[in-house]
Amino acid sequence: MADLGRICLLLALLVCVYGIGASVYGARSGRVEFSDSGRRAVYALAIILTVAFAVLEIAFLRDDFAFNTVADTSSRTTPAFYRAAAVWSSQEGSLLLWAWLLSLWSSLALFLVRRRMREVAAYATAVLLGFGAFFIALMIFYATPFATTSPTPAEGVGLDPLLRFPTMMIHPPMLYSGYTLCTIPFAFAMGALLARRVDADWIRATRRFAFAAWLFLGVGILLGARWSYAELGWGGYWGWDAVENASLMPWLTGTAFLHSLMIQEKRGMLKVWNVSLVLATGTLAIMGTFLVRSGILNSIHAFGGATLGVPFVTLIAVLIAGSIYLVVSRREMLRSEHRIDSLLSRESIFLANNVVLVGLCFVIFWGTYFPLISEALTGHEASVGPPWFDRYTVPLALLLVLLSGIGPVIAWRRATLANARRNLVAPTLVALIALVSLLGAGLSGKPFAIAMFCCAAFVLGSIGQEFFRGARARRAMSGEPAPVALLALVRRNRRRYGGYIVHVGIAVLFVGVAASSSFQHASEVGLSPGKSTHVGAYKVTYVRPTATVTPRNDVAHTGSTLSLGALLDVSKRGHHVATLRPSQGYYDSGEPSQGSVGHLIGGQAVSHISMSGGVTRDVWTAIAPNISTPALQRIVTVGNRTLPPDEAEVAIGFLARAYLKDPPPAQFHLIVSPLVMWIWIGGAIVFGGGLIAIWPAPSAVRRRVAMRSRARAAHGLARA
Amino acid sequence: MEILTIVLALALLAVVIGVISAPLRGAAKRGATDGDRSHGSDPSPELSELEAAREAKYREIRDAELDFRTGKLSPEDYEAIDGALRAEALEILERIARAGGEAPGVENSAARGG
Amino acid sequence: MNPARKRTVRLVVALSAAVALASALIYTSFSVASPALSPSQLVRQAQPGRSYQLTGTVVDGSVHRQGSELDFSVEDRVGGTAIPVAYTGTVPDPFREGREVIVTVQKHPGRFVGERDSLITKCPSKYKSAPAGEKQNY
Repeated sequence: MADLGRICLLLALLVCVYGIGASVYGARSGRVEFSDSGRRAVYALAIILTVAFAVLEIAFLRDDFAFNTVADTSSRTTPAFYRAAAVWSSQEGSLLLWAWLLSLWSSLALFLVRRRMREVAAYATAVLLGFGAFFIALMIFYATPFATTSPTPAEGVGLDPLLRFPTMMIHPPMLYSGYTLCTIPFAFAMGALLARRVDADWIRATRRFAFAAWLFLGVGILLGARWSYAELGWGGYWGWDAVENASLMPWLTGTAFLHSLMIQEKRGMLKVWNVSLVLATGTLAIMGTFLVRSGILNSIHAFGGATLGVPFVTLIAVLIAGSIYLVVSRREMLRSEHRIDSLLSRESIFLANNVVLVGLCFVIFWGTYFPLISEALTGHEASVGPPWFDRYTVPLALLLVLLSGIGPVIAWRRATLANARRNLVAPTLVALIALVSLLGAGLSGKPFAIAMFCCAAFVLGSIGQEFFRGARARRAMSGEPAPVALLALVRRNRRRYGGYIVHVGIAVLFVGVAASSSFQHASEVGLSPGKSTHVGAYKVTYVRPTATVTPRNDVAHTGSTLSLGALLDVSKRGHHVATLRPSQGYYDSGEPSQGSVGHLIGGQAVSHISMSGGVTRDVWTAIAPNISTPALQRIVTVGNRTLPPDEAEVAIGFLARAYLKDPPPAQFHLIVSPLVMWIWIGGAIVFGGGLIAIWPAPSAVRRRVAMRSRARAAHGLARA
Repeated sequence: MEILTIVLALALLAVVIGVISAPLRGAAKRGATDGDRSHGSDPSPELSELEAAREAKYREIRDAELDFRTGKLSPEDYEAIDGALRAEALEILERIARAGGEAPGVENSAARGG
Repeated sequence: MNPARKRTVRLVVALSAAVALASALIYTSFSVASPALSPSQLVRQAQPGRSYQLTGTVVDGSVHRQGSELDFSVEDRVGGTAIPVAYTGTVPDPFREGREVIVTVQKHPGRFVGERDSLITKCPSKYKSAPAGEKQNY
């Protein structure tokens, strides 16, 4: 079956090359049948890669260890769920996933525009197939998923235990969907520049694709943060790690683009800016993909050797050079039709928002690539840490939130100053009330957090006012009861009110971030059973140790034979709040040199954290038990000496019993973080609002609206 | 190489060639008489562009009205902006009429994706 | 001032502000950054009071825990100079002897002290081809 996979890759490459040729020829000659054939080449690519992916997936599910990838990342003892996900835990498998998702999304996008924008779409097809060809060539020549060894190994190495969490299933496909979706607006921008047609049609098509990319990428980033927080033994959700930053940067430029696109739509200006933003988003997405798998930066994500570095750098250089060339050579066509009428207009605020977002992206870019920059400029590799990132991103984030509160009260095109001033009174009042309440409640010493809370209050006040006034205006016209009016208002003005909801979500998310980072209580402490410690307002007592032994032939076995932990009681002011059960799982190292018993627990040790989540705070704990005490080590040594490998599990039982009987003090990491839940809630609001904003109105409504506007416009002509 | 692999590979090849060549075979059957830019009932790029611009302009008119009703604009400013937008909309409508198709334009643009 | 002139002025002001901020950013990054050094380089170049990013492998048998402090030695990837580090803070799950780590340290008389929570352990490369793992913890 590996042969089928290899054939698929070769066929895919041929199809890509054909499709590029057919599309370009079709675009230049105007011969529709060739552009159509080129588009269908993308469909064909999707079919081929689906087959290839199925071949690999089936190999994983069937434990076909002849495949190198399967042998390296899966094993018979890996549960089926994780075997299916292990496909993309390796370099080769993730490349295949990337190419497959690219072909699927490209097929969908091209199908949706198949009757319009023919010339632009044809060039876009060529660009997308170019990306496809690149990744497929990587797989054929550098890192093939279908390499086999014979004789077939009997057992595989197994999935890294650190990845055996459910979110692992969803995070990479989501993130890769985001990355691949970023290439579609990129391709259409290139197509529009090549066809010299950067216009309203392009805006309409690109907006949808850019939004899809924004949505998937954003959800992927948020899931990654959630995974990091809720599953890993670290207790944080964002560390300014290179790979985290790499996914955030295209999201920031994508957000900027969604805003500035509206300015181009209304005023025919900022064309160069918009096109550049889109091209930058696509390039940053490729750079993000490259960072994860090159290890060129000292990130904790070392994912693949340096062999892929050269091809990727070449691709990125081509993308940047091509983008710059196209924009410069088409600059006549990209000249603005109008200018911004007035500084006091929503267009201006959007422009300011763009500047802040791009500024944020620049800061993060500089900090992320600093090791390379400093090496190039000074010869020494140096890096900047989270404090540097925080110092610059926090004020920019404050500004961003503030702008999202000011925008709603400013009209498009040219606002009336008196009205704007009057409209800002209520939100400012809300912010001041928040400030006074916070200071009154004794919260001080964290100026940035307080500032963020006040800005968020300002935003909520501003947007609340908008909803209220909009509903009131609608009721005045239609006489509907308030709730109905509100719903109708949102349904008929989805972009505006959906956008408002997105900003509410952002404000809530930042409140969560500010509260959980500034007002966190954390402690690292060693406890013996019976002892307790205080974290923030909570008292945590180590009640008793826990131990779980899972024999290897047990169906629930995930690779860890022994798991040691603790039962913790959390109370506040004498009242019981929660019972937590953190544990540490010890995995098989697969190295016989550690002894028959030693290797069973000598591999990876994975923290299973325990958390009590709540609306106002999360109480989070992780445990690092001590299994190196002389007593426990003696059991291991004796077991190594006397027990053959297939009976070694008996010793594990002894270990567990010994640990329970006489537990040594264990290290606990305890964190109380306020308002963390609101980060995830805020994120959900953001994406819900986004969906509302982009959802097309039912065609009947649109027709009515279009005809009514046409009649009014004609009436205007009669009047004039 | 197993038989199954060969069979599947050939099947895949057949599907791919079929999918890719369909437009080419269709065009050959129709012959060259239809002309190169035979889009059938699809609108010309210029018309499609104007229709997109018209929808954007209608949206602007509605946005301005909502701005006025939610208290962001004074009556004088609203009149000025509304008038300017209406004039721009009319210009687009005239250009659509010249490019050949106003009545079909309303249905088409409403039925197609916005 | 006519509108065109006003626009030019605004553009100039905006650009100057951007350049000023960017310069501040760039300047601080160079002064705040910690150079990445291997143990042999660190031994030669370290000055007290400056932070350095120490990269290397944890020496077998050197890991001891004393209360909340974790002591271990870091040696060059190719072997050779080993530097003892006294570290407090979060210890990532993959940390163990023989693994590659990055830890921010400062030179103190007689020893190197690791900055709190700055210990990073790289993905283990014991899996044959590419080291697995999309995300590791600090």
